[in-house]
Amino acid sequence: MPQTIAIVDYKMGNIHSVYKKMLHITSNIIVTNSAEEIAKADKIILPGVGHFAKAMKQIHELGIFNTLHEHVSIKQKPILGICLGMQLFANTSEEGNVPGFGWIDAHVKRFEISNTLQYKTPHTGWNEAFLVKDSNIMNNIEENTPFYFVHSYHYICNHQQDILLQTEYEYLFTSAVEKNNIFGVQFHPEKSHENGTKLLRNFVKI
Amino acid sequence: MFKPRIIPVLLLRDNILVKSVRFAKHNYIGDPINAVKLFNDLEADELVFLDIHATKDKRAIPIYIIKEIGEEANMPFAIGGGITSIHQIKQYIKAGAEKVIIGSQAAIQPDFVFHAAEEFGSSTIAVCIDVKKNILGKQIVHTHNGINKTNYSPIEFAQLMQDKQAGEIIIQSIDRDGTMKGYDIELIQSISKQVTIPVVALGGAGSLQHLQQAFTYGYANGLAAGSLFVYHGSNKGVLINYPNKTERNQIFTQ
Repeated sequence: MPQTIAIVDYKMGNIHSVYKKMLHITSNIIVTNSAEEIAKADKIILPGVGHFAKAMKQIHELGIFNTLHEHVSIKQKPILGICLGMQLFANTSEEGNVPGFGWIDAHVKRFEISNTLQYKTPHTGWNEAFLVKDSNIMNNIEENTPFYFVHSYHYICNHQQDILLQTEYEYLFTSAVEKNNIFGVQFHPEKSHENGTKLLRNFVKI
Repeated sequence: MFKPRIIPVLLLRDNILVKSVRFAKHNYIGDPINAVKLFNDLEADELVFLDIHATKDKRAIPIYIIKEIGEEANMPFAIGGGITSIHQIKQYIKAGAEKVIIGSQAAIQPDFVFHAAEEFGSSTIAVCIDVKKNILGKQIVHTHNGINKTNYSPIEFAQLMQDKQAGEIIIQSIDRDGTMKGYDIELIQSISKQVTIPVVALGGAGSLQHLQQAFTYGYANGLAAGSLFVYHGSNKGVLINYPNKTERNQIFTQ
């Protein structure tokens, strides 16, 4: 039986572009916020744009927190978090100071930029991502490839081994994480032309 | 290295693309969906669509056009023109827009920007500030496609929009629009120095060198242009174009 990938629609931001991009890659893709459908899926994508605390509130209200936790943390289903979705994997965020899923031992903080003339927040635009460790999700993607970013907050990982990619914006920050079955990218692969598509395709293959 | 976005700005009027000079003399450019396809092939960083008559006609941009653009666009795109409600923004984002651009309503009701940013996150909300010099040469913020004057100077209005949680400022010089003689660098720089959010330069770009000036001297984070990406040559033949990777790298490494 072919695998099913569930894109979790918890009513935060633009699900449409992720869905559209995934449809080009695989036909077995669904958009859902039902606990039952998430439980049935083989892989999960957690997208999202917006406020951390509000996102967690939505996830609790939809009654999918426990389902996601069970299938990611215990059943070890592969999950890809995009932008805010990735941030929710952390213990907590300065943006609202509420707990996230805690799958990655990290917290999320706002950019602390000194040169605000050159480095504006949100970090918006194309920037290079440097590979910190080898990963199947980066297969066939050129070194230091640029991806499309839009975010004001970033990861601080407590364990170096969870860091997959780093990006420089006045200083180096974690732009992707990987821990076992858990993958998170701060940028938008669905909006990053060919290299973004490759990353999504790699996730389907994992 | 971080690279500023190079952003084609496409003007919608009655569902076709046009291009203006100083917000008037609209010239027919073509079909919006066809333009998106061409910009896909050219790997444009981002696109902006502005419906120039929406505010004046007291209507919003038709949803079906945004859906069609959303179906086609391989890059992020922003939509502006006549946006006055949270409900509209919700529909546009659902239809595939990455960002919305609030223009006139931001000046009429600055708190609208705050409510929109609260609802959708700052990075989804851009504010376009249209600026025109008065007879004394003072820069004044205008609304309604450049027709109505406000009491705001661009600097104080940009600061106000940042305070209201806008995620980005598009600073547009009406006096330079369509002239292709270069950006108003002084204006752009004054806004960049005032705010900590991204500033997108718009109005007057006619060459890649102009883009570079807005980046180097204006500290613009996005380099937007209309005519530059829809016209070709001195007689302004319509031709969708965009700098290739080598040209883009040259702009930002000098």
